Amino acid sequence: MESQIKQKILLGVFIFIAFVYVIRLLTLQIFDDSYIRSAQNNVLQEQTIYPARGLLMDRNNDLLVYNDNIYDLFVTPEQVKNLDTNAFCEVIGITKQEFIDRFEKIKRQKGYAIYRPSVFEKQLTMATYARFQEMLFDFQGFDVVVRTDRKYKYKNAAHIMGYIGEVTEKMIENSNGYYRMGDFIGISGVERTYEKELGGIKGVRYVLVDSKSRAQGRYKDGEFDTVAVAGKKINLTIDQKLQELGEQLMQNKIGSVVAIEPSSGEILSMISSPTYDPNLFVGRDRGNHYMDLLRDPSKPLFNRPIAAPYPPGSIFKVIMSLIGQQEQVLYPNTAYGCYGGFNSGGLHVGCHAHGSPLPLQGAIAVSCNAYFCHVYRTVVNNPKYRRVEDAYNKLYDHLASFGMGRKLGVDLYGEGTGFVPKATYYDKIYGRNHWQALTTISLGIGQGELGITPLQMANATALVANRGYYITPHIVKSIEGKKNPNPEYNVKHWSTVDTSYFPVVINGMEDVVNHGTAYIAKIPGIAICGKTGTAQNPHGKDHSIFFAFAPKDNPKIAIAVVVENAGFGATWAAPIASLMIEQYLTKKHDTRPYLVERMMKGNLTHKPILNDSTATKTSKH
Amino acid sequence: MTQQQPKPASIDWLVLTLYCVFVIAGLLCIYASVYSETNPDIYDMDKNYGKQLLWIVVSAFLGLLILLVDEKLFYAFAYGFYGITILMLLATFAIGAEIKGSSSWIRIGSFQIQPAEFAKFGTALALAKYLSGYNIDFKNWKVKAISMAIIALPMAIILLQNETGSALVFASFSLVLYREGLPGWLLVVGVLLAVLGVMALLIKPLYIIIGLAVIAIAFLAMVRRTQLLVFLTIGIVIFASAYVSSIDYVFENVMQAHQRTRINVLLGKEVDLKGAGYNVQQSLIAIGSGGPIGKGFLEGTQNKFRFVPEQSTDFIFCTIGEEFGFLGSLLFISLYMLFLWRLMVMAERQRNKFNRIYGYSLVSILFFHFLINIGMTLGLMPVIGIPLPFFSYGGSALLSFTILLFIFIRLDANRVNELKSFE
Repeated sequence: MESQIKQKILLGVFIFIAFVYVIRLLTLQIFDDSYIRSAQNNVLQEQTIYPARGLLMDRNNDLLVYNDNIYDLFVTPEQVKNLDTNAFCEVIGITKQEFIDRFEKIKRQKGYAIYRPSVFEKQLTMATYARFQEMLFDFQGFDVVVRTDRKYKYKNAAHIMGYIGEVTEKMIENSNGYYRMGDFIGISGVERTYEKELGGIKGVRYVLVDSKSRAQGRYKDGEFDTVAVAGKKINLTIDQKLQELGEQLMQNKIGSVVAIEPSSGEILSMISSPTYDPNLFVGRDRGNHYMDLLRDPSKPLFNRPIAAPYPPGSIFKVIMSLIGQQEQVLYPNTAYGCYGGFNSGGLHVGCHAHGSPLPLQGAIAVSCNAYFCHVYRTVVNNPKYRRVEDAYNKLYDHLASFGMGRKLGVDLYGEGTGFVPKATYYDKIYGRNHWQALTTISLGIGQGELGITPLQMANATALVANRGYYITPHIVKSIEGKKNPNPEYNVKHWSTVDTSYFPVVINGMEDVVNHGTAYIAKIPGIAICGKTGTAQNPHGKDHSIFFAFAPKDNPKIAIAVVVENAGFGATWAAPIASLMIEQYLTKKHDTRPYLVERMMKGNLTHKPILNDSTATKTSKH
Repeated sequence: MTQQQPKPASIDWLVLTLYCVFVIAGLLCIYASVYSETNPDIYDMDKNYGKQLLWIVVSAFLGLLILLVDEKLFYAFAYGFYGITILMLLATFAIGAEIKGSSSWIRIGSFQIQPAEFAKFGTALALAKYLSGYNIDFKNWKVKAISMAIIALPMAIILLQNETGSALVFASFSLVLYREGLPGWLLVVGVLLAVLGVMALLIKPLYIIIGLAVIAIAFLAMVRRTQLLVFLTIGIVIFASAYVSSIDYVFENVMQAHQRTRINVLLGKEVDLKGAGYNVQQSLIAIGSGGPIGKGFLEGTQNKFRFVPEQSTDFIFCTIGEEFGFLGSLLFISLYMLFLWRLMVMAERQRNKFNRIYGYSLVSILFFHFLINIGMTLGLMPVIGIPLPFFSYGGSALLSFTILLFIFIRLDANRVNELKSFE
């Protein structure tokens, strides 16, 4: 009897334990989902497939930027076996101590695990990679992963194209996790502004791995994998041949060139001198090259054409001629005498010798300072307005409609506003109502506080060429064959000056080249309209400035050239502009070899020419 | 009398069928846990499922042999078997091979056998024979002491071999003693001591002693005090205090580091995902990710890709949990319970004490393995490396469990003749 109870008790204990285990299984397998996720975390490895970055071409489909393979060396410490350290170090080109240090460094990295691959050496050279590949079998645990980096066909247009670099931690945060450590991203230029189009979309491949992170197969036959979408091909508006010539002409000079197609706003060429070889930003020494360029006192990384403000000098007279007419204080036949300059009270603005008095067209042709001081005075001291400030603000608005003193909206990173003082600026200096035209007379001839970027100069030239409007300058012509991708770059921005006031000014600009100050820029058979500028500045010798468009009717190119501290506009800026106009319109520039030679050999950096420029020095790639 | 061959009808076919089901299911689980698509050959002798297949054939042959011998042999040579297994255990100290920190293996060619596995059935036979002897009354303290000594001898040798898990299995004989007359309160006291022991590891012994004293005072304040009761209570508190202190001392000073870690992880005092905790964590992930119906045979990623350590031996249940889910696990537990219940029924129907005690020994050992092994994979028991009978990979274990089981089947098949042969 007792034994039967004992048997029942034992059976009860068995069933109780079984029951407890079933309940436990129920919670583990049915009620708790977290184990399913943990299991997936165990076996699923997400592999990123990097898309090819979009190609860059010039307006004539000449390839500028393409992709090149780079080779990163990874090590999986757990799999390293029987390594001949000496042979390994020799192939990689490091000492044994460096080898040890490298491993110590890897071990300290975040996320390090003995079974997971870590970067041992970034961007092996092609030669190292080839030697390594031969001996791969001897170096168990080491593996080379191929990525792509940019490669530049020409050494030109570095500032336009910009460069790519590895993402910073901040970018990773801002990208909502899209970017990962080590990803490339556009840092400047087109690479930056069009990162979305060029970068493409990364793909993901889910791979099953075992407990040692060794790949075992695809997850659900790739059902959840996504394909990488290659970056889009972009055609830039620049003309590579024109860009190349321009950079040659500008070598050993500091300054900028911007050429625009007036009818479309397309930037045909944009040169920032000194420039650098874009291939410096490729490969494992990119960081060192970057620091070298950053330390260079001539600031090769500074994108002068869109960021550097210059006093425009006499080319500003063209703008004043138009505004004066619009304000009805200047007419084509208005004539002022020039007595070696402009004199009013104790004020004197000097001028060079020329015929006098002259009407508007003639005054532009000879760039008479006195004439335009008078024009400025009549504009700012215009009795039509009750106060000087009002008249001056009107002038400010006109200038703004020409795109001066503000960002134009070019599709490049780092555009500057330039500087056009407002009335309040002078109020601060002189006090309200304590200044008038004569106080600020130097503005009339493009001097004083005025700062205009070369892009703004070229844009103003395009506006004159178009007889009254401009289209925002831009650098991308088409994306994946689709033209004018940004509708913003189809809009005509009309200036506040009526079309009817342009012809007389344009005639004056034609005279400048035909028999005026820029006679040197004349090309037989091409009607060039231009204006020289010689801008005084506090940094030394005058800046040599020239802006022009051609041909006179139905203009194809508008160009602005600034050569810093080079003297007269006619000496350097005008010939460079002329040669580039010739190149663009006739596709050659060999009619005036003496001029080409003088420009290319001219060294205005005020330092001896080194064996070669920075750009060519490192172009062994 | 002619030799009494068992008639096929008197063999318990349900138990035999379940044995076959378990062994084959176990083989498939071992196959699944090392399966690779590139080498699906189940006969591969380099792989452990190939070896297991060989062991199954050997076991089946041995099982058949046992069914054919005279059942009186086991009674007659019970002490002999016991002696042999004890000698084998002792032999490991002389010729033992060190495998995974334990010196409990004897190497024979490319196979190793573990005498500790065979000691179970030796002990079961000896205990059954001793307790079924004439004039043996379990109420006698001397009988109790000798019974316990029979159990304690192999247990102590195995402990010395550093095989804590196998040694603990011998504790399951206490269930047999309970069935044979050990008072229930002793088992309850045993369980209480175990609970107190666990508490001693969790809390500082001083607090437990203070707590016990408070409870004792409260108890005495509430009941009608007699002198005897007061002394008894004080005695219990003193004994419990000494016990708790000694547990703490053993834990800190006698146990080895890896044993301490395992216990700490189990008690939740230590989270060690790289060491002992890793096994349990991965085991829970494998089982938990199985869901209601599992991932399908050979589809279990956690087992296949070796996330669960020891998955073909101690953690074989993970394969069932992951690939067959809750339903599969439920079926497994049900079948196992059916098996235990059937064996218990068989033990109860024996007419002689020897058979019954031997049957209960078998049931207790199987239950203890089930309790610890499944509890371990479910994170409810400490990671004590003992196999799941008939499922886990391992020749010694399979052979010893087969012998253990088939001796009982043989004894049971002859129950009809027992009246004639013994009483």
